[in-house]
Amino acid sequence: MRILKNKTHIDFLGQTRRKIALIISALAVTVSLGSLIVQDTPLEFGIDFTGGVLLEVGYPQPADIEAIRSDLAAAGFDDAQVQRFGTDTDVLVRLPPQEGWNPDELREELRRTVAGDISNVQLRRVESVSPQVGKELAEQGGLAMIIALLLIFVYVMVRFQWKFAAGAVAALAHDVIVTVGFFSIFHLPFDLTVVAAVLAVIGYSLNDTVVAFDRIRENFFKLRGISAEESMNTSINEMLARTLITGFTTLFVLIALLLFGGESIAPFSIALIVGIVVGTYSSIYTASATALLLGVNAQDLLEPIKDPDLIDDLP
Amino acid sequence: MNRYPAWLNVLVLVILLAGIMLALPNIYGSAPAVQLADVEGADITQTQLDNYLRVLENDGISPESAYLDDGRAVIRFAKGAVEDQQTAGARLRARYENESNVALTLAPGMPDWVRELGLNPMSLGLDLRGGVYVLLEVDMDTAVDNRMKGYEQDFDDRLRDARIRHRVDLNNQTLTIRLQSAEDMEKAREIVSGADSDVLIGDGTDGKSLIVRMTEAQIKERQDFAIEQNMTTLRNRVDQLGVAEPLVQRQGVDRIVVQLPGVQDPTELQKILTATATLEFRMVDTTGDMPGSRRYPGRGDEAPQILKREVIASGDEIIDAKSGFTNEGQPAVHITLDSAGGERMLATTRENVGKPMSTVFIEWREESVTRGGKTVSRKFKTEEIIGTATIRGVFKNRFQTTGLTPNEARELAVLMRAGALAAPVYKVDERTIGPSLGQDNIDRGFNAIKIGFLAVIVFMAIYYRWFGMIANVALFSNLVFIVAVLSLAGASLTLPGIAGIVLTVGMAVDANVLIFERIREELTAGAQPQAAINSGYEKALSSIADANVTTLIAAIVLLAFGTGPIKGFAITLMIGILTSMFTAIVGTRSIVNLVFGGRKITSLPI
Repeated sequence: MRILKNKTHIDFLGQTRRKIALIISALAVTVSLGSLIVQDTPLEFGIDFTGGVLLEVGYPQPADIEAIRSDLAAAGFDDAQVQRFGTDTDVLVRLPPQEGWNPDELREELRRTVAGDISNVQLRRVESVSPQVGKELAEQGGLAMIIALLLIFVYVMVRFQWKFAAGAVAALAHDVIVTVGFFSIFHLPFDLTVVAAVLAVIGYSLNDTVVAFDRIRENFFKLRGISAEESMNTSINEMLARTLITGFTTLFVLIALLLFGGESIAPFSIALIVGIVVGTYSSIYTASATALLLGVNAQDLLEPIKDPDLIDDLP
Repeated sequence: MNRYPAWLNVLVLVILLAGIMLALPNIYGSAPAVQLADVEGADITQTQLDNYLRVLENDGISPESAYLDDGRAVIRFAKGAVEDQQTAGARLRARYENESNVALTLAPGMPDWVRELGLNPMSLGLDLRGGVYVLLEVDMDTAVDNRMKGYEQDFDDRLRDARIRHRVDLNNQTLTIRLQSAEDMEKAREIVSGADSDVLIGDGTDGKSLIVRMTEAQIKERQDFAIEQNMTTLRNRVDQLGVAEPLVQRQGVDRIVVQLPGVQDPTELQKILTATATLEFRMVDTTGDMPGSRRYPGRGDEAPQILKREVIASGDEIIDAKSGFTNEGQPAVHITLDSAGGERMLATTRENVGKPMSTVFIEWREESVTRGGKTVSRKFKTEEIIGTATIRGVFKNRFQTTGLTPNEARELAVLMRAGALAAPVYKVDERTIGPSLGQDNIDRGFNAIKIGFLAVIVFMAIYYRWFGMIANVALFSNLVFIVAVLSLAGASLTLPGIAGIVLTVGMAVDANVLIFERIREELTAGAQPQAAINSGYEKALSSIADANVTTLIAAIVLLAFGTGPIKGFAITLMIGILTSMFTAIVGTRSIVNLVFGGRKITSLPI
């Protein structure tokens, strides 16, 4: 079976298409950054980053969210967020860092409050993170992302050339911004696992980009006498089936993870799904287009001649 | 063409079999068990284990398996036999409380022959089996303060013995010793530097005082000591509470991670973990105006007293403590002091028969407060007199103290036995996962793996036909290898770890897709099948290597910077990338060569 009949000849890097892609990318990045800058709460940071208390409570019958909310407010926790978590009987309660409480007493008080007069209420999960740890985790996450991009730039530069490295990193930055922007626009919970997912997206998207670059390098040598643009276009077309198939298989498993993996892993799956769709797009358009914009050509990939004297001796 | 030498095929087969063997213990899951460890830390012997089993046999409880593991006895029951486990636990605890710490736990459900091969399943992280994770921050300032207080008393005593008039103040980890004259100052300097040659001694601005501080190295040493001491204490406390497989680990400069798998109700445990309750014994200052004396409040009806500054014995000198009752039926803690504390107690009681001595109960309480718009936790110290008694006779290292509720007496006894914390600890991160959520996470995670895996193999089989089937074999072997490596490394599997495996399943086929697409290209370009296979594998190699190295970079960065959930994901992702390179390249080639190699074929089922 084949998804693409015969060879494709899509002009991915043609002037018009390149312009359209540029506009789409610029728009996506602008909207993402805009959402991150304009909104009061740019991201729904989990307590991993903000500090605070989180409770996952399992009730024996469908839970009455309103009642839980008012019970909590009556007990003095009027800043509590209460929401269903996956099923009707599961409830997630989140609180910002609380003042004047001993952590153990706070947990007991919350347990009493959310249980109310219902017996058999299960405290499935309790997390309480202090604000200073939250800040450290956020800093570590940001640092990890920057270091990953830096190392990748160096690797691609060594294996290929700086114009390719710039193209790859531009594509990756694009993917990261749009994925994080997606979480900002749709107010999805942003926790530590999402940071891990974004880093995995970097790995995946790069995977795609490097495979395309590999073919571009091969074709730069094989197909002489055609422009860099044409050569790159051919390469992307040749790799198109592979790009799509790997994208599909990865999306299959991620959709399985989203549907069956449970609520707490859902933000992670969403980040990867968005990231992989965006990453596939960007390795076709953004990465190669950026390298082309920087004037990449076959000469860039030739080994420099190490000993100039050698040339004189040639006939 | 396309033949692997026999040794290479054998090697691939051996590696695959090794992987299957290492992964094998995991298919049996885990079962409820009781674990016994000697209180003193000695190894449990086979004879002891036989005794335990006899006790259980008398009660009609028959475990499925019983063995010694790393000096501890493990008695495992049938899967789901939680009732047996609990009865057995209670029975053994009642019988052997004084010699063994009894803990309820989960043990690998594998049959004895697998265990005897020395194989172990991968352990499950807290999010999968339930438990408590606590990140504690050690209050380093207090650790240093405590040491400075020791210096304060020591220097004060020495100067008094030398009959030099002085005043000592401790402020901000700096001792100021004020003296009468410059001459006294020089004498004092000699005495202080003679007592401890390492401290920094500077001159005060007025020419007749000394400023004493600890050096950076001393502070560092003191902090390291505080961390080490606290970790030992925490380990002891956890052991006393009967938690199986606890983990107490230093993290960074001033933090300690405590992981307690399988703990169901964390409240009591958490309280004991960070509790800093301790006792001090001081003489009452009957004159009320001795230098350094201070007024202490009494607890409840207990009268407040002015107590002398000198501590006769403190919590860290208590080597054993048992809760019990006095002859009059009051709750009491029976205390045994170490030799230094005992000597001091002997000397003090000998000189002070007929004079009153107080027992002070000291506790650090934690509360979060808002400072400058930020919520931070703060510890404050409460010191209360729980009892004052007239010394009736001379005693040394064994005595009892009263004035506590039975609960407090029991808790204090546990704390004293485990040793005091060298410095108070703050809880900065705490995660408790109930056992039901853990089981749900396991079920959901494995469901996701199964369904994702199924979707991929169906797709590959349809899309690449026989070659797709070969890739599927490689994909399945890859799963086996990931589990094998995790088991071998003793790493624990977490929910993000499962996510990493799922992602690997999706991405691992990439190498085969690259190879197969290349083979198809070669065929389209008119190559003969055998040549197409060969150049397909060869030409795809550099792409595969590049693609995997870049993902590996991301995984390594995650591993280096990540904590908790991120680390679990990074580890499985990294293992998955490495094992998939082997299965997708060498593994599939080996099968392709066996099936298609070395014979004349006109077309390929690809």
